[in-house]
Amino acid sequence: MRGVPALLLALLAGGCATANGDPRDPLEGLNRGVYRFNDALDSAIMRPVASAYRDWVHDEIRGRVRNFFSNLADPMISLHNLLQGKFEDSLTDAVRFVFNSTFGLLGLHDIASDMGYEKHNEDFGQTFGRWGAGSGVYLVLPLLGSSSVRDGLGTVLDFAADPVAQVDPTGARAGVTAVRFTQVRADLLDASRILEEAALDKYVFQRDAYFQRRRSLVYDGRPPREDVR
Amino acid sequence: MPRLARALLLLFLLPAFGGAQAQDPRAPDVLVKSVTLETVELIAKDKEIKSGSRAKLIQLIDAKVLPHFNFSSMAALAMGQNWNKATPEQKKRLTEEFRTLLVRTYASALAAYSDQRFDFRPLRAKPTDTDVTVQVRVLQSGAQPVPIDYSMEKTAAGWKVYDVIVGGVSLVANYRTEFANAVRNSGIDGLIKDLQTKNRSLEPEKK
Repeated sequence: MRGVPALLLALLAGGCATANGDPRDPLEGLNRGVYRFNDALDSAIMRPVASAYRDWVHDEIRGRVRNFFSNLADPMISLHNLLQGKFEDSLTDAVRFVFNSTFGLLGLHDIASDMGYEKHNEDFGQTFGRWGAGSGVYLVLPLLGSSSVRDGLGTVLDFAADPVAQVDPTGARAGVTAVRFTQVRADLLDASRILEEAALDKYVFQRDAYFQRRRSLVYDGRPPREDVR
Repeated sequence: MPRLARALLLLFLLPAFGGAQAQDPRAPDVLVKSVTLETVELIAKDKEIKSGSRAKLIQLIDAKVLPHFNFSSMAALAMGQNWNKATPEQKKRLTEEFRTLLVRTYASALAAYSDQRFDFRPLRAKPTDTDVTVQVRVLQSGAQPVPIDYSMEKTAAGWKVYDVIVGGVSLVANYRTEFANAVRNSGIDGLIKDLQTKNRSLEPEKK
């Protein structure tokens, strides 16, 4: 456990290096370091791969891939809605999974949405938030980007419960994971370009957007009104 | 007139009034719907924009969308308390630069638009309200619908947008920290300069 105090020290040292001290981001110095690392990796590998995928793979096929992974996630989303006491939403998610897995041909077609069974967005971080846990300080995770103490812990559990993590031969699992992340990154290409263009300081802009977005998700898009006025 | 007859008359008149209100082309929700659909249609039909002309897209946004935004309100809200410390000249320049930045951002967002469908939510507001939220949702298969809320205020020149909230992220609120940091580091003129530099780096001909 000798690594832990060292890590803690590094975290604290990072915290001291901040200039504009946002109370939600005491680790700004460290976070900015990880952010730069992620950004460099993204520019070098993830973004070019995602761009190529978007340019070369037909719209229709990308849609199927998106639907397939979206469908795999619906059982866990159903469980989260159950844990949050939203029984109707939970049932909707279960119905979505049954319909899309069968009539939707293993989830390749999102027929449930066309039938009016709306897709939801849930994860462990949101469930903890619904139970009353605050987000904790801001964290930038290596590879995964914006997170917080609560949501980072949630992400660990999300990964453990992920059906793709159960795929057996490691090679196959790596392949499926690669396709999935490429799909996710490709869907974010426009958003990340808009971020580049809109932000004076990308790090700050993304951090503030993250907190706003997560707060909205915890309350399913209806957070207690926080007037900008 | 007997009371019952009057009640019945009211019952028949009320839906008529309701209908007339929904048709009012100046009502905020009707405005958002017509401007959105018109803009998307114009973009779909325009060959220059389809082949990637940013200048033409910005021109279209300037003509169709911008008249419905209140940029001085937006700049004031993004500045927060610092707004009152700015001189009228600084306020004017801030508004100009912020406007340019938002137009560029908006153009990028529209350029990314493909075949998503819109779901225009019914407006929940009283006729006397002067500050409303118009809700639109963008639907896409295999993904949760993305809500876009337009915060609108009633002005002498009609309803104007003063904030756009995409997926729960308020555009105006999101600029607050950035603006406050810039003002703390280099003053209001420093912020104006930052915005100018940013805008210049996004000039369409250089991209």
